Amino acid sequence: MTASAHAAHLAHLNVATLRHPLDDPRTAPFVEMLDPVNASADAAPGFVWRLVEEGAADATGLRPAGDDVIVTLSVWETQEALWDFTYRSGHLEAMQRRREWFERHVEAHLVLWWVPVGHLPSVDEALERLADLRAHGPSPRAFTFASSYTAAEAVQHLQATPPTQAQAIN
Amino acid sequence: MEDIDAIAALQDPVRRRLYEYVVAQDREVGRNEAAEAAGIARTLAAHHLDRLAEVGLLESGSRRLSGRSGPGAGRPAKVYARAQAELSVSLPARDYRTAAELLAEAAEQAGLDAGLCAAARRRGEVLRGSAAPCGGLEEAMEMLAARGYEPHLEDAEDGEEVSGAAASVVRMRNCPFHAVAERFPPLVCGMNLALLEGLFGTDGPVRARMDPRPGECCVVVENSKNNID
Repeated sequence: MTASAHAAHLAHLNVATLRHPLDDPRTAPFVEMLDPVNASADAAPGFVWRLVEEGAADATGLRPAGDDVIVTLSVWETQEALWDFTYRSGHLEAMQRRREWFERHVEAHLVLWWVPVGHLPSVDEALERLADLRAHGPSPRAFTFASSYTAAEAVQHLQATPPTQAQAIN
Repeated sequence: MEDIDAIAALQDPVRRRLYEYVVAQDREVGRNEAAEAAGIARTLAAHHLDRLAEVGLLESGSRRLSGRSGPGAGRPAKVYARAQAELSVSLPARDYRTAAELLAEAAEQAGLDAGLCAAARRRGEVLRGSAAPCGGLEEAMEMLAARGYEPHLEDAEDGEEVSGAAASVVRMRNCPFHAVAERFPPLVCGMNLALLEGLFGTDGPVRARMDPRPGECCVVVENSKNNID
């Protein structure tokens, strides 16, 4: 790990369009997995924070991206930690069955970006990053697992871009 | 170094024994230990291990095997572990990996998970070749080893009221689809699970189940009676 890795954490937003409402029997297996999978995220190495609706155990009740779109917003110490949780824990089983529960997204549905340690991204900030990725493709501002950038690259990029675009990271 | 040179380095039976020992350990291995396992002298083992590292089959590093640090802890020893790089040879050169990645990308974009899993399950059944499901964990391990999964037995974590072989699960050190699985995990790991379900049969004494861990294959194989939950 480089020194910059300690100064930055990786934020992650995922949006998923439900095929059926959360209380529909066809979505029940997914709903059953929510608590155990969220608990394993909270206990996963490198986990920092995840968005939770006030008074609830998760963020599935928040629908900032559309009535049938649930969002997952979280912060991790490193990209490896997020990858291992996403794809090498019980979470993978939920992902493997994603077509049963979620519509296929033609546009990007996952975005990653670096935030300063201690900064908890807002939903608006996260949706802006997703819009950035959809509009401009992967860049140090907004990227994916398949085309990722380091925190150091994000800082360099920031220094080379006008402050208006950089606000969200500062 | 060409892949073909690396693979040719395994032609030597002693070197091959050393290589197979190191990759089966799932941790760094020192020269003394490898020499003992292969039944050869330490200097000869060191020569062969360095050769394996040189051609890219092993990675080498140094570590104090005593576990102590600071003055008096002794000189760091050279240790070896499996190299992460993938080597393959085909003559003439073929590029199935790019083909696999492109097909996976297209399947991912089209949302073809269910169709891919159905095809994988059918292929698994064909590979099994018999009408009967796999008979037990030992047979399952042989089938997995033949397909490059590098299976090993492990104590089940929550093995309540089970004894003997029933208390074990088979885990796999290697994923034969590693490179594509890393790029398209839900799609390819789902395919892998379906393939293994087909290979063992879903109503037999053993079953495959997803239980991913960092650095291993995403599937475990266990006795069907183990977990009725």
